[in-house]
Amino acid sequence: MTFAIHAEGLTKRFGDNQALAGVDLAAREGTVLGLLGPNGAGKTTAVRILATLLAADSGQATVAGFDVRTDPRRVREHIGLTGQYASVDDDLTGTQNLVMIGQLLDLRGVEARRRARELLEWFDLTEAADRMAKTYSGGMRRRLDLAASLVGRPAVIFLDEPTTGLDPSKREDMWGVIRNLVADGSTVLLTTQYLAEADALADEITVIDRGRVIAGGPPDQLKRVLGGQRLSVRPADLGQRDELRRLLAVIGHGEPAEEGRDGLTVSVEGDDVLPDVVAALRSAGIRVTELSLHLPSLDEVFFSLTGRSEAAHQSTDRTTEKEPVA
Amino acid sequence: MTLTTTAPAELSVSAPTTAEGDRPTGPRALRHVLVLARRNLIKTIRTPEQFIDVTLQPVTFLLLFAYVFGGAISGGSRHQYLEFLLPGMLGQSVALGSIALGQNLKADIEKGVFDRFRSLPIARSAPLVAAVIADFARYLLLCVILVGFGYVMGFRIATDPLSLIAALALSIAFALCFCWISVFVGMKARTSGSVQGIMFLLVLPLSFGSSTFVETSTMPGWLQAFVKVNPISHLVGAVRGLMLGGPVGSNLAWTFAWMAALLVVFVPLALRGYARHA
Ligand SMILES: Nc1ncnc2c1ncn2[C@@H]1O[C@H](COP(=O)(O)OP(=O)(O)O)[C@@H](O)[C@H]1O
Ligand SMILES: [Mg+2]
Repeated sequence: MTFAIHAEGLTKRFGDNQALAGVDLAAREGTVLGLLGPNGAGKTTAVRILATLLAADSGQATVAGFDVRTDPRRVREHIGLTGQYASVDDDLTGTQNLVMIGQLLDLRGVEARRRARELLEWFDLTEAADRMAKTYSGGMRRRLDLAASLVGRPAVIFLDEPTTGLDPSKREDMWGVIRNLVADGSTVLLTTQYLAEADALADEITVIDRGRVIAGGPPDQLKRVLGGQRLSVRPADLGQRDELRRLLAVIGHGEPAEEGRDGLTVSVEGDDVLPDVVAALRSAGIRVTELSLHLPSLDEVFFSLTGRSEAAHQSTDRTTEKEPVA
Repeated sequence: MTLTTTAPAELSVSAPTTAEGDRPTGPRALRHVLVLARRNLIKTIRTPEQFIDVTLQPVTFLLLFAYVFGGAISGGSRHQYLEFLLPGMLGQSVALGSIALGQNLKADIEKGVFDRFRSLPIARSAPLVAAVIADFARYLLLCVILVGFGYVMGFRIATDPLSLIAALALSIAFALCFCWISVFVGMKARTSGSVQGIMFLLVLPLSFGSSTFVETSTMPGWLQAFVKVNPISHLVGAVRGLMLGGPVGSNLAWTFAWMAALLVVFVPLALRGYARHA
């Protein structure tokens, strides 16, 4: 088995802040590794070490078969990096941005322009190709940034929170793009704060928190540990709340929990549970104003993994909301 | 209840190393630098306010000094002062003009643009060298504007056009060495805004504590000692000699020595600052 990305015992300290405290990562060739964690968990630090931008204090890592510490130049020949904040050149047009990268990768002028055209088309930026990047929307900048990291057809691609700040429909578009990358045979390391995103894209998920790996495995396995999906229901008539609670206790696992002011939530297994729920509600005569099936939030994940209450993450979560759409 | 990834059975196989893709050398490295320099030029041209410090600012200084102080300083002969002042202004302007370079580099790093460059298989020094080379265009513009405007005000060289060209070439060459201080400060400063503050603290004493504006014989002894070693004084002395006639040899030699010293000290420092940038 060949690993396109393999890291053991990575540590990194900034002042007295231990950003990474011994992280192991492994991604097989042609797969997506999801690195899931809240703000400040150490995701960006890990990516920067693997992309040769930062030296680890200890531990070792190979990317595309080359040691990031002793052979950074060769690593750089095989990677594409899309950082957490789009690093496109505002004063250059979309085309100029991509042609420049192509030329730095030693493509001849004609080739670099052809590759730029190809990528702009793929990322639906042809119309904006000759406009300066500073006129682009947040989503367009992300796409241009991603395109820039693909110019050299890298074998290993690092995507640091590629969808943070995008609205939901744009997020789905980006997921499609990422799926295509893997279909082309690339290996992707994707960092994210959303379990749903890791679930949708990753073959393996590594969950990190405060610089440590706290869980890992294929999404299905991880979801089983985390208690599968959450079913949220809000009754139309509050008088039926207790009746609803009894019903949910039968359908789901464990005791239903309060959610919001008068909603109830319970964990359930399987994606096809919704029709059964609707049928059960109808035969019991319970009308609802809200019914949804979703993956647990990162907070819920962390609660089930660490037992720590979400309050521990609240301060960081608030910064997440404000994160610029860069 | 922690799941862990199964320990990998074997480590990844190291691919055989080939000669291809080693440290970029010669023509390849030069090509990278030129591609990046072109980027810097495009950026500069698209943001015209980037030109203020090499056009309007030196011209304003020239006007202010010539008309406000000119009469007083040279006992009434404004024209005579202009002859003295203009070659001096070249030295001050290139020093001031170098400040923007460090600021822009720091801004690029803050924006993450350099992260992309650092993840590419190009020489680490390429983005910095490129920025310095692209700055050449700004210094050239500065020289043309300053001397051109001086001519409108009545400045005339006393030597020949070749000497004038030599004087301008010397100023630009000096600028390309001096600006590595700005690059270094750009790598070390915490924000691009603070680059300006630090550089002003350095450039103002250097440019005013020199023979740029007044004859050094009017200064107290300790200041004269400083002026004597000040690289700007030597540059200005050499430029004056080339434009107005008179001996240049010693000033020229000192200017070259300073240029070499600036490169030897600040290029490695700047590159190291850049490499360490987390
Ligand atoms: N350059 C740096 N200097 C000091 N502290 C840093 C630096 N980069 C990251 N950190 C700190 O390291 C920790 C991990 O950060 P990061 O890797 O950016 O987390 P994530 O990407 O998961 O949000 C945070 O506490 C952060 O404040
Ligand atoms: Mg991050």
